[in-house]
Amino acid sequence: MKQITAILVGFGSTIQLLVRALSYTATLPRQWARFIEQCYLIGYTTLPIVAILSFFIGSVLALQAGYSMADFGAKEFIGTLVGLSMARELGPVMVAILVAGRVGSAIAAELASMKVYQEIDVLETMNIPPARMLVLPRLAAILVMMPVLAIIADLVGWYGGAIVAKYTHAIAIDPETYFAALRHFMKFKDVVNGLMKAEVFGFGVVLVSCNIGLNTSGGPREVGASVTKAVVVSLILILVADYFITDVLQQIFP
Amino acid sequence: MPSPSSSATRNPFTEAETPAVGVALEHLVKDFGSHKVLKDVSFAVSPGEIFVLMGPSGSGKSVLLKQIVGLEAPTSGRVLVDGRDAIDPATREQVRMALVFQSGALFNSLSVYDNLALYPREHRVASEAAIREKVMRALQIISLEDTADKFPSELSGGMKKRVAIARALVMEPQLMLYDEPTSELDPVTSASISEIIATLREEYHVTTIVVSHDRDLALNIADCIGLLIGGELIFNGTPAELRASKDPVITDFLNPKIDLKNPRFKKLAT
Ligand SMILES: Nc1ncnc2c1ncn2[C@@H]1O[C@H](COP(=O)(O)OP(=O)(O)OP(=O)(O)O)[C@@H](O)[C@H]1O
Ligand SMILES: [Mg+2]
Repeated sequence: MKQITAILVGFGSTIQLLVRALSYTATLPRQWARFIEQCYLIGYTTLPIVAILSFFIGSVLALQAGYSMADFGAKEFIGTLVGLSMARELGPVMVAILVAGRVGSAIAAELASMKVYQEIDVLETMNIPPARMLVLPRLAAILVMMPVLAIIADLVGWYGGAIVAKYTHAIAIDPETYFAALRHFMKFKDVVNGLMKAEVFGFGVVLVSCNIGLNTSGGPREVGASVTKAVVVSLILILVADYFITDVLQQIFP
Repeated sequence: MPSPSSSATRNPFTEAETPAVGVALEHLVKDFGSHKVLKDVSFAVSPGEIFVLMGPSGSGKSVLLKQIVGLEAPTSGRVLVDGRDAIDPATREQVRMALVFQSGALFNSLSVYDNLALYPREHRVASEAAIREKVMRALQIISLEDTADKFPSELSGGMKKRVAIARALVMEPQLMLYDEPTSELDPVTSASISEIIATLREEYHVTTIVVSHDRDLALNIADCIGLLIGGELIFNGTPAELRASKDPVITDFLNPKIDLKNPRFKKLAT
């Protein structure tokens, strides 16, 4: 019962924070410098690891698919499988998980320590709403950076798959065949669906992490607790939302 | 510098007359669960007055300041700032209040300069050149001009406190609250902070509430002194009245004798 109340309270305060942050949208142009800084932080901290992980995810998909599809002579279609899996599912979900781990945790830590060391209280007495100065630029930045990261993940994953498909002896599919299969069955909407998912996941992770950070109370020890909580809640959010968004998108774009 | 005025201060940014504000606490009660921190505290501070609140550690002075700026809601009773309820967010839009926190609470990710410039920048009250002038003047007042480009982590405790005071000065508040402004400072710097507080009142007619253990500060600059013990205001009067008081609790608080033959902690143990 206590947990259910806590979840509902958390949900309510997150929505409130979103509404408050959005009510300051008009101040975004004069917060340009903060927005750019956040874009840079989000991109800079996640790009290398996104590139490395999506390369290996693409490779492993090609490897798994290659061996099993070779058995029934369908290995020409490896490109299709890797392409669709990366674009529709693995790209967005993996990027979102990395964003939760690197960006969400950093946001929660920063805002929680600002709260614990009374910096948030100072902002309030200065009549500078934290939702405007701290939350809005981060939300705007993730909306811009998430599709960029997801596209990079897709591309790197596809090429990773292509390299494995060519150089693994048992598979040995040349890149022309691989990319022809990838292009032939991939529709524009597949990529767009994936980007929309990534957008929702990233936005959710940043919003939830901001809220958890700002609602920290107690001493410095609570900063660590808030970081853990932000990452755990973000991961649950990503995987639960993934199911429902996939379902909705399937019905909108059959 | 704007010309001194008896009833209003001229805001150098907007050149608008900003009237000083009064503060009134009405039967303020604050509990944390079963822990009663403030038990029915009432007092009033007139516009442009300096009120010094003294009291032993843990008596609820910092909690009281948070109620005045509306950071925490009272359990019962209310605080009126310029006739408006302090907990109403609109009050902060109408009245400029600055609270110098006991810990300083500087923004750790910003340089000293940016800490001071944040308020005028966010509220867009002046050009960048005018802000620079204001910030440098505030740093000069607390004699820390050379720290403008340092970060809070590079400062000592007392320097942080002084920067926090400068940050509040830049806000040009109508109501200024200090939580133990001199507690970490040497006697000379302490005296200089007392002078700053008194000068602000003289020149800008700022209403001031100071929480302090510093007897020199209290007796020299206060218009009114309150003594908060155990969550109750047991004394509220002028410095002269405080000095003249014969109440043993008050005389013992003001002039505690260090009694080596009969120490306090041993009395507690038995
Ligand atoms: N958020 C809180 N939750 C629970 N108890 C609190 C909280 N804040 C303060 N208290 C309690 O209220 C009492 C008064 O605290 P406060 O910080 O106001 O003391 P103070 O008078 O400022 O003391 P000092 O002179 O040492 O700064 C303390 O006993 C403290 O434990
Ligand atoms: Mg205190």
